[in-house]
Amino acid sequence: MIGERSWQRLALGFAVVAAIIWLFPYAWMLLTSLKTPQELVKAPSALPGALRADAYVEVFRALPVARYLALTTVMALSIAALQIAIALPAAYALGKLDFRYRGAAFALLMSALLIPAELRFVPTFTLLSSLGLVNTLPGLVLPFAVSAFGIFLLRQALLAVPSSLIEAARLDGASELYIVYRLLPPVLAPSLTAFFLVSFVHHWNDYFWPLVMTVDESVRTLPLGVALLREQGSGVRWHIVMAGSTILSLPALALFALTQKQLLRGLGSNVG
Amino acid sequence: MKPSRPAQPWWLLSPMLLALGIFFLYPLLSAFKTSFYEWDLLTPPRFVGLANYRAILASGELLSSLGTTLLVSVVVVTGSLVLGLALALAVHRPGRVAALARSAVFSAYVVSWVSVGLLFLWIFDADAGVVNRALAWLGMPGAKWLTSTTLAPLTVALIVIWKVTGYAMVVFLSGLSALPPEVSEAAALDGAGPVSRLRHVTLPLLRPTAAFVATTSLIASFQLFDVVRLLTQGGPVRSTTVLVYAIYEQLFRDLRVGRASALVVIFFVVLALLSWLKLRAFRAEEPA
Repeated sequence: MIGERSWQRLALGFAVVAAIIWLFPYAWMLLTSLKTPQELVKAPSALPGALRADAYVEVFRALPVARYLALTTVMALSIAALQIAIALPAAYALGKLDFRYRGAAFALLMSALLIPAELRFVPTFTLLSSLGLVNTLPGLVLPFAVSAFGIFLLRQALLAVPSSLIEAARLDGASELYIVYRLLPPVLAPSLTAFFLVSFVHHWNDYFWPLVMTVDESVRTLPLGVALLREQGSGVRWHIVMAGSTILSLPALALFALTQKQLLRGLGSNVG
Repeated sequence: MKPSRPAQPWWLLSPMLLALGIFFLYPLLSAFKTSFYEWDLLTPPRFVGLANYRAILASGELLSSLGTTLLVSVVVVTGSLVLGLALALAVHRPGRVAALARSAVFSAYVVSWVSVGLLFLWIFDADAGVVNRALAWLGMPGAKWLTSTTLAPLTVALIVIWKVTGYAMVVFLSGLSALPPEVSEAAALDGAGPVSRLRHVTLPLLRPTAAFVATTSLIASFQLFDVVRLLTQGGPVRSTTVLVYAIYEQLFRDLRVGRASALVVIFFVVLALLSWLKLRAFRAEEPA
């Protein structure tokens, strides 16, 4: 039989092994990005002789990194803002107001959770191309206007908000729009933050939609640009590809480090 | 609460309903309709009845991509469920090591598939990759991780497990936090050791959480695309062509919109079945 002490030690040992398995690939990515092509050819798994930033210089020369970064950020921010703007009134109606067919409207929304972008892209692509929106920022943003996950999250939070708060505001002559966009956001701040972070990170990282929706440089996002690093050029390029991967993963990892608690709050909530 | 005016809820819902109509309902209905047409995006669509569905069935591509998707999904779901639970149990405690392990494992979930895909392409490279080099150093033969038809789907699944286990762990952690500590404490007072407390108290109480994790990751695994596109492009010899990748190929490589749409319709039916399974898993857990 295993006692308490050895059980604790076993758990700790397992945690250490897991940390190593999950951190090693990042270390490998960083190390590779600091090598020279000669080192990669001769001894691909040895430590680099000197730390060189040549690969990063090469990435910045091959790709308009600043432009990609700006565009990706603008896209992800636009999606998150649009999603929140639509989610607030919807969550308010679904969480606080009594009306006929509320259950049906909610069921319709929940069934949208079933339909991922990967399933919608064929007709959406032809629809957007007939509107001339392929290869434009709206083409990257509009298809994600509704986040069923976000509306669900806000609605759950609203259920805990006392109705008296809203009734008092109505008595003071507040319009419904004022209630939705001014009164509720501060009350819902933790859920809104979680919603924003989950949405921002997800779309900032997205590869699939920008891949099918862009045809040239004009609205290419950073993940797409970095993926292209592997297809360009010839010879040993792993140091360059890894430098690109590092540049791509750093902002997401930094955001995660800064907002871990709020982000986990959003993802930990069981959305049906 | 009563709405201030009867039509008010519908005004508030209208942006959501409009977007749902354009970007969810329309695409589905349109895919259904297009699945009966032959269309290459260039010339006008031509009605062909059930020909697309027949062609898909006859070519065996549906069965093979469904089989691949199922294989990868089963490995991913089992792996991330077991590993996520074990990790949650190990790091559900105060202390720096546990906190570091929590953050490290979950961080993979936050990083772009592009970074993760390229990184593992390099790590599993047959010649210069660190895995095969390490095996050689140990005197063992290397493996064709991504270039053998038998190994490639498993390597892809392994990489997906690395990426998504953090999510399973987080859900299990919130499940563990929600358990009443008294139950476990009472069992300890009764002389139950850690292993028997885990088996007879903690694990049974975590069953609803496990059902949630399993069904959620099953549905997510069926939607895999990025990892395949980045690592193997469906190969070698279609051994990693999962459903979504098959749809993507039909549309962008072969310009067969009708056939891609027919695959979308079939894919939707599969997803609906899985979600029904998910609902059932929850109903079964509810107390009668």
